[in-house]
Amino acid sequence: MGYKPFYTRDDVTPKSLWLNRRQIFAGAAGLATTSMIRPALAQDQGLEPNTLEEITNYNNFYEFGTGKEDPAEHAHMLTTDPWSVEVGGLVDNPGTYSFADLTDGMTIEERIYRFRCVEAWSMVIPWNGFELNQLLEKVGVQSGAKYVAFETAYRPEEMPGVRFPVVEWPYVEGLRLDEAMHPLTIMATGIYGEPMPKQNGAPIRLVVPWKYGFKSIKSIVKITLVEDQPPTTWEKANAREYGFYSNVNPTVDHPRWSQATERVIGAGIFASRQETLMFNGYDEVAGLYEGMDLSKFY
Amino acid sequence: MTEFARTVNGALRRVPAWPLYIIGAVPPAWLFYQGVAGNLGVDPVKEMEHQIGLLGLQVLLATLAVTPLFKLTRINLVKFRRAMGLVGFFYIVCHLAVWLFLDVQIWSQIWADIVKRPYITIGMGAFVLLIPLAVTSNDWSMRKLRKSWKTVHKLFYPAIILGGVHFFMLRKGIQLEPVLYLLGIVLLLGLRLPFLWRRRARSGQTIPREAT
Repeated sequence: MGYKPFYTRDDVTPKSLWLNRRQIFAGAAGLATTSMIRPALAQDQGLEPNTLEEITNYNNFYEFGTGKEDPAEHAHMLTTDPWSVEVGGLVDNPGTYSFADLTDGMTIEERIYRFRCVEAWSMVIPWNGFELNQLLEKVGVQSGAKYVAFETAYRPEEMPGVRFPVVEWPYVEGLRLDEAMHPLTIMATGIYGEPMPKQNGAPIRLVVPWKYGFKSIKSIVKITLVEDQPPTTWEKANAREYGFYSNVNPTVDHPRWSQATERVIGAGIFASRQETLMFNGYDEVAGLYEGMDLSKFY
Repeated sequence: MTEFARTVNGALRRVPAWPLYIIGAVPPAWLFYQGVAGNLGVDPVKEMEHQIGLLGLQVLLATLAVTPLFKLTRINLVKFRRAMGLVGFFYIVCHLAVWLFLDVQIWSQIWADIVKRPYITIGMGAFVLLIPLAVTSNDWSMRKLRKSWKTVHKLFYPAIILGGVHFFMLRKGIQLEPVLYLLGIVLLLGLRLPFLWRRRARSGQTIPREAT
């Protein structure tokens, strides 16, 4: 079945224009003009992706430190070539796949997605990747499988952040099989048409645009098809605050902060908050949760 | 009293406390300018909020260190303590202002946050405890309150503990930095325990055994 992404290449502001805009901003520093302030409400049309600089310098990748700039500073230590992913569990073709084997024959396309962090900030990111369902088809999902479990690389010699038990390492995540098969769910291998930057989860990561950012697990080394709901890192750390589903939902508050609004990264210091959209604006996934009480399955 | 402490105290006798207020006003102004100029990374509001909050905690920790420093080394900074406390309080006011006006902005949500989110409730509690201290940090209040002034200013101890807990809670997971601050707070408060100093007087030690 063909899936047409909502945003296309035409929706991306060319980098050159971005630079110009930034120069205008820099020139206007100190003048809080209304032109610096983005509209308070999200507009589907004309949504601008963040700059590569913003996307690559503001990350949570705790394996490289808990500061937002830490990943940009330390992620260069990560060896991403060679890279292999161990595929196992209830699949027809288990084994250790090299990055090349895993991505062989996949249609890489651009997907411009909103990215909403559980910390109530958001970006728009032009990913390159392929639908996870393509990969699952390739490895052959067996009938007993109901969930997909993922694992991030754990390499103390390359990851300064894992010296301290901020969370339990390695980082693990999971999806229900129908969520994993959904055409919006991609395995991303790049941003802005360039190979995935290390701080953003090179060489291959998951992107689930209707869920909070931490579900989109980075630098994947293991994919396992399982029968039971797999544990996830943040749920293990604090189940009251981070549930398995973690769908973006403005009506279900995080115990620590309201999820009704979000700060738009790159909007400047006088920008208003923006209203958070149900499922981060991806209403087409609503059917996956029919009959579920989302305040209970948060 | 060591020769070193005598020298330091002698030098400080000629230094007035008032420049601390002027120096103290620089960081928030500089931070705001940096934010407007776009030099605070891609999330300037959070950066301002965190930097000034942390600076406030650091200055208040230094304020808390004045007494133990005097007890251990006889170096006397009491003359500067009021200015340090007030500058620290000013930074916490700035921290709160950034959160109110630049971060959340929505009044209904602000009140909900204060009531619903334990780390914000605790941070707010710390701030509220500091208000009477800031208001009475002047000679007139000291004269008016006489003996009770000291009692009122003991509120600083619960306030700074709440501040440290607030910092620990707002980080996701268990992070080293706030743990270190909490340890520092516990240490500086622990050094005030009277039994440490009674024992010292008996055994003639210059440093309490428990603090080494």
